[in-house]
Amino acid sequence: MTASAPPPATPRPVTGTSATPGRRRASRRRLRTAAAAAAFLSPSLILLLGFWIGPMLGTAWMSLQDWNLLGVPSFVGLDNYRELAGDTEFYAALGHTVAYLAGYLPLVLVFGLAIALLLDTTLPAMTLFRATFFLPVISSWVAVSLLWKWLLNPADGLVNRILGVLGVPAPGWWTDPDWAMPSVVLASVWKDVGFVAVILLAGLQAVPHDLLEAAALDGAGWWRKLRSVTLPLLSPSLFFVTVISLINGFQVFDQVWVMTEGGPGGASSVVVEQIVNYAFSYGRVGYASAMSMLLFAVILLVTLVQLRLQRRWVHYE
Amino acid sequence: MNDQRSRFAKSARRLLRYGLLGLGASAMIGPFAWMLATSLTADAQLARVDAPLLPAPATAEPYGRLGEAFSFWRFTANSLALAVVSTVTQLATSATAGYAFSRLRFPGRDAVFVLYLATMMIPMQVIIVPLFIEMRHLGLVDSYAGLLLPTVVSSFGVFMLRQAFLALPKELDEAAYVDGAGHLRVFAQVLLPLVAPALATFAVFAFMASWNAFLWPLVIAQTEAHMTLPVGLSLLQGRYSTAWNVVMAGSTVSVLPILALYVFAQRYVIRGITFTGIKS
Repeated sequence: MTASAPPPATPRPVTGTSATPGRRRASRRRLRTAAAAAAFLSPSLILLLGFWIGPMLGTAWMSLQDWNLLGVPSFVGLDNYRELAGDTEFYAALGHTVAYLAGYLPLVLVFGLAIALLLDTTLPAMTLFRATFFLPVISSWVAVSLLWKWLLNPADGLVNRILGVLGVPAPGWWTDPDWAMPSVVLASVWKDVGFVAVILLAGLQAVPHDLLEAAALDGAGWWRKLRSVTLPLLSPSLFFVTVISLINGFQVFDQVWVMTEGGPGGASSVVVEQIVNYAFSYGRVGYASAMSMLLFAVILLVTLVQLRLQRRWVHYE
Repeated sequence: MNDQRSRFAKSARRLLRYGLLGLGASAMIGPFAWMLATSLTADAQLARVDAPLLPAPATAEPYGRLGEAFSFWRFTANSLALAVVSTVTQLATSATAGYAFSRLRFPGRDAVFVLYLATMMIPMQVIIVPLFIEMRHLGLVDSYAGLLLPTVVSSFGVFMLRQAFLALPKELDEAAYVDGAGHLRVFAQVLLPLVAPALATFAVFAFMASWNAFLWPLVIAQTEAHMTLPVGLSLLQGRYSTAWNVVMAGSTVSVLPILALYVFAQRYVIRGITFTGIKS
């Protein structure tokens, strides 16, 4: 670790009498500053190295081992990755994760944008409305997942009771393989929509009013103003929430674990849930680490691709 | 006439806006109200298919049953203690490092800072396996230290406080140095009070992250003595899979402290959450 606590700057060798007192004082001050830096930095640096950077390197190393947590790890090269490439169960989990994103992302963006547009006004009570949209955001995933598991309870949940009154056929939600992932998506959109709305609202409030007024004078209607003025100017915020939602979406776990446990019959198993199962239930630590590396690669890729695309379609004023 | 029509259109638009917002707000509050209502419902009423929607009469009995099968209140106390300790230590490690990166010149500073920034990209989900094995080596599986250690530092907090320190004029510390103050005095007495808003924002963010954390506590806590509220809630649901009034009582208990925090520090909560995004 060359990056560990920075060594005190080696003071320039002071050659006898030629060193002026000023230079000696300067080098002493440099030394003191470096010592202070080491003292101020070492707590966080040691902890980061020990509990974040070290384990990240550990994931890479362990993905090349075969280990069941008991004996000694044995080096197997890329065997874990090779096995992963033919693991249909893992592909299924990856597919469910992508399906989750395909449902979640458009819904959370559209509803988040709609709420942000509604909140972007100087009319009274907007702070109160914003606060209500934020309630699910501050609650824990576990509490929200339990709440929705109960709301979507097929037998006597509130949602199906309402659907029953309306005469709409009530789905089995998280007990039905076809409806398990939609149930998770529904709960997730409900929890995150306020977050997306608040970020977009901040972006909206930066859209200059004179531009909108100029468009209105030119006869642009509501839709035209939205499409031609607001959305292009909002693109940095839209881009930002999209990236975050994608990155978080690939790591979806809590709500799946609580609502469906990946079921029924593996219908909603996702990547992180596979990692946890392989590492802590089946004791295949190396294999789980290979999955982790793949997840990390996907997240890294998303970030890089988005950074690339950003230049092409995001307008910065 | 034209004026009158446009005024009418304006109030119609306003009505539509409030109508839609009201609809959205009820979709947010409704489920929470349902959570609370269920948590106050007696078993007998819950079991009836044709039961009325609201508890009649309301009873706190489900809350009393929370502690029956599990050390539920122990989970709650654990969560609270862990959230407080993790927030305070994160503030300390982030503020000191933020000071070093913004105010001290030392060799390799930029390289080390880039290392901190890169760490922000590592999700807990990716390092969970080696982290667990490390804790096993340290003998910290199923211990408070094991729960706490990965959460006492935050590269994101360092970044946030560095930015806050950078926004303060350099003349402040230079004046203090001339008066003979050392780095510790300048940090603690001159600059730290001035970044209080950033500290508060980060504190709210850190507290909520710890209070709501699930994956790491799920993996590292193995006995009830060390479990946290979210882990306990998921246990509760496994045990009382049909007693939704008890499960909703537990969920209500888990939501209330965060709600209180929100009421008293709404500004910081919103800012903290908005920063969550930046973290990812």
